[in-house]
Amino acid sequence: MSEESKERILEYVKSQKKTKHYFNDLCKAIPEIKMMQAKKIVNELVNEGKLKYWSSGSTTMYMLPSEGDVDKEEKGMN
Amino acid sequence: MALKHATPMLDELEKGPWPSFVTDVKRLAAKGNKMCEDWLGLMELSFKDKETHWKHGGIVGVLGYGGGVIGRYADRPDLFPGVAHFHTVRVNQPSAKYYTTDVLRKICDLWDARGSGLTNMHGSTGDIVLLGTTTDQLEPLFYDLTHDLGMDLGGSGSNMRTPEGCLGKSRCEWSCIDTQEIIHDITMEYQDALHRPMFPYKFKFKASGCPCDCVAAIARSDCSIIGTWRDKIRIDQEAVRAYVGGELSPHAGAGGTEKRAFDIKEEVLDLCPTRCMDWDGKNLKIWDEDCTRCMHCIRVMPRALRPGVDTGASILVGAKAPILEGAQLSSLVIPFMKMEPPFGEFKEFVEKMWDWWMEQGKNRERLGETIQRLTLREFLKVCDLSADPRMVSTPRYNPYIFYDPADVPGGWEHDEKAFRERHQA
Ligand code: HEM
Ligand code: HEM
Ligand code: SF4
Ligand code: SF4
Repeated sequence: MSEESKERILEYVKSQKKTKHYFNDLCKAIPEIKMMQAKKIVNELVNEGKLKYWSSGSTTMYMLPSEGDVDKEEKGMN
Repeated sequence: MALKHATPMLDELEKGPWPSFVTDVKRLAAKGNKMCEDWLGLMELSFKDKETHWKHGGIVGVLGYGGGVIGRYADRPDLFPGVAHFHTVRVNQPSAKYYTTDVLRKICDLWDARGSGLTNMHGSTGDIVLLGTTTDQLEPLFYDLTHDLGMDLGGSGSNMRTPEGCLGKSRCEWSCIDTQEIIHDITMEYQDALHRPMFPYKFKFKASGCPCDCVAAIARSDCSIIGTWRDKIRIDQEAVRAYVGGELSPHAGAGGTEKRAFDIKEEVLDLCPTRCMDWDGKNLKIWDEDCTRCMHCIRVMPRALRPGVDTGASILVGAKAPILEGAQLSSLVIPFMKMEPPFGEFKEFVEKMWDWWMEQGKNRERLGETIQRLTLREFLKVCDLSADPRMVSTPRYNPYIFYDPADVPGGWEHDEKAFRERHQA
């Protein structure tokens, strides 16, 4: 059940044009699930390396690891 | 020793009466600190261009953490390679910020080795703010911090932020609650919320031991815990007379300790916001049922007046700086709650509040804004709280009072169809 939710979240993220997503937006993929529970599912995705965090410092968002924004920024620097 | 970059504009900030951060940074740069050298150059360029050369964002923490590090990059690494990365690390401060000098030395040594050496003790979040390091230093820094110092990262992003309290009972005779214990307990209980982003936006707890509110909980926290009492102010009439007779200096001598005439009416009674005090020349009388626990009289005559002994906290919610909506102070939602470990009643409230905010909150909407949008009445309902006159600041200001049929004994039902049969539209 949680595996299926994870798939749906990933599919949703892949179907979107934007690369950075709010937690609330990820939850749109699994509307029947309570936020507290959804948070655990999203955390698992992060732990499994299927999603990664992006933060401005004040707000946190989620993105696919393949959208290498962070790495690109850092490569340009080194 | 000449510094790498000339900084005529930054140098202006060293003039004037205040200690200057520019002087501090130059001191480190003069010792050959490459980050500080280039930091000075980049800042000078920003001043010249009147544009920032810092970029936001990206990295959030260390492995397993969704907060605690704030990614910052320079947009001119070609000119200032020393500050290509300049990440900020938040370190969770001990409750009420008590350190041994040994720990402070170790933090400084660690940061000299793994970062720029620049610190901010402390950020207004409460954390120790370590300013400026590179991505490759984050994991080793975290290892040393946790293993050698027993310290942890603080909160950032859409996490619960590092909770913060006044020094409370450790040093302050006015503290009605053990703020250090409360802050430590919340920090440990909600580790997951502190290290993993789970909310629509940031969430802050701050606790002050009394209504003087030294950590400005009412202005700066989504949930403010403010010590108070529900019995009577303790009065030592002898000491009141000593103040009136000029034997004791008011305000504990804060305005000068020389003997001076003290007008209790002008300096205390007339400044009591609810005018609930009386002085007959011999005895001070307080109508405690009208006292709002503002602390004014206690602050002026600390030897004579003390908070009561049946102590606890008032809980307020929703303070914030301008983001989606303007700035606001917290609103009172629980006038009085006992605050004893393990704080079960308080945590039950917190979890109801979070459940609601997570379900209802829009992206980047602070709790106070969700309440503004969906009403305080709704908030009270979902948290199983009842409205109370003490939650209303000016009760007669708005005469339009709406009743929920469920709140009225007997209630009523409105049958639109039957109504229209009796009344034409
Ligand atoms: C003259 C220059 C600057 C001014 C006036 C300024 C002002 C401020 C203020 C008022 C705050 C909130 C206060 C606080 O939390 O302690 C803050 C926080 C912060 N600033 Fe700056 N800032 C300056 C430069 C910088 C630079 C150069 C960086 C990074 C490259 C930076 C990164 C941050 C970060 C990460 C925070 C959050 C720190 C925290 O947790 O408290 N700031 N700044
Ligand atoms: C218990 C019943 C009522 C209450 C509590 C009530 C209350 C009020 C209040 C508070 C005002 C505003 C007063 C002001 O700002 O000067 C007002 C104005 C008014 N009421 Fe009532 N009212 C009641 C019944 C009625 C009835 C039965 C009528 C007519 C059939 C009526 C006609 C008006 C009118 C015309 C005004 C406007 C007066 C103006 O513009 O200055 N009211 N009422
Ligand atoms: S908030 Fe009250 S208890 Fe805490 S330090 Fe200030 S005066 Fe003392
Ligand atoms: S604490 Fe404030 S409201 Fe209460 S009696 Fe003293 S001055 Fe008045």
